[in-house]
Amino acid sequence: MDINMTLIGQTIAMIVFVWFCMKFIWPPLLAAIEERQAKIAEGLAAADKGQESLAKAMAEATSIIDDARKQATGILDQAHARANEIVADGKTSGAKERERQLEAAKGEIEQEANRAREELRAQVSAIAIASAEKILQREIDSKQHEDILGKLAAEL
Amino acid sequence: MASDSGHGAQTSSGYIEHHLQNLQVCKDDAGAWVWNHCAGNPMTINVDSMFWSVLLGLIFVLLFHGAARKTSTEKPSKFQAFVEIVVDFVDGAVKDTFHGKSSLIAPLGLTIFVWVFLMNLMDLVPVDWIPMAAGAAGVPYMKVVPTTDVNVTFGMSIAVFVLIIFYTIKNKGVLGFIGELTLHPIAPPLKGPGLIAAPFIIAFNFILESVALLAKPVSLSLRLFGNMFAGELIFILIALLGIYQLPLHFGWAVFHVLIVTLQAFIFMMLTIVYLSLASESH
Repeated sequence: MDINMTLIGQTIAMIVFVWFCMKFIWPPLLAAIEERQAKIAEGLAAADKGQESLAKAMAEATSIIDDARKQATGILDQAHARANEIVADGKTSGAKERERQLEAAKGEIEQEANRAREELRAQVSAIAIASAEKILQREIDSKQHEDILGKLAAEL
Repeated sequence: MASDSGHGAQTSSGYIEHHLQNLQVCKDDAGAWVWNHCAGNPMTINVDSMFWSVLLGLIFVLLFHGAARKTSTEKPSKFQAFVEIVVDFVDGAVKDTFHGKSSLIAPLGLTIFVWVFLMNLMDLVPVDWIPMAAGAAGVPYMKVVPTTDVNVTFGMSIAVFVLIIFYTIKNKGVLGFIGELTLHPIAPPLKGPGLIAAPFIIAFNFILESVALLAKPVSLSLRLFGNMFAGELIFILIALLGIYQLPLHFGWAVFHVLIVTLQAFIFMMLTIVYLSLASESH
């Protein structure tokens, strides 16, 4: 319990230790700590930035996909419309063609009928003439009465 | 246990006294160096206190300097991480309390904290181990906990006291220091009839403030000394119990871990507070 020279010795020891700590221990340690703190802060900031750009990219991608979807729908709609048009066109043109062919067939039939009629007429007149000839051979000169016979044939 | 302790008396009180006796060396009246007959001689040196405190201080300095030298930001070793935690803890305490700029206070706080902690920690070494080993080696006394020596705690608090005065004068000037001692807490009247009372007020202030100033190092050192001395004494008393000491010793040691850390922290914290008070005007 006595106060003695130990006190002075202790004070000196303490001064030496504090001086040493101040010169050689504290500065490098604190520098390391502060450097690491700065690095951690930097890393966190970089992570934040990365997150932000990721969100931005996601938004961009979504908008691009939306656009593409819209375009695709537009194209599909157009294609449908075109297909409907083509079908309608086909229908009308088919109807026309049918009509036309029908007309043509009708005309042909008529022509054929006319021709047959002509032929028939000619044959009938020929037969008439022949039969008339045969009848008249006895009484009429066919050459003299040809015009009358022709008229007759035309009337048939 | 008591009967085992080499040089002391064979009684309990002898055992306790033996454990509380420093290994001392001094010069007697004839100028010769004498060991352990130094009661009342102010030129005595407590060899064990000095040895253990300097040894522990060296351990602190070498460990922390090793960590500081091999410091690495990328891949800190586990020990470096531990040292950094301690440094950061002290740095935080200093930054919370001390708002001025000083390259001394934080290292001072670190040194005090770790050194006092290590010295207190010697309390957890079973009380007989080192004294008995020393006794076997022919050294009659060995007090291993430096902070149970009032010289050690006073030595540190006196250094702090000198720093308090130094910081006060550095930041407020000699006149500021004198003013702080004389013009508080009662401001003396500067004119009028009250001027007659001014010397008495100044004297009163001076007495009050001197006591307050001197109380700082005294309380600082006695707090640490008292806690550690009492703790050590209880360890010694428990050691007297023979086989029953085991659970008691364990319990007290666990509790003492708290005291060891707390006292080191309080010593550091109060040092920082005193120094910040000294450098701030209020």
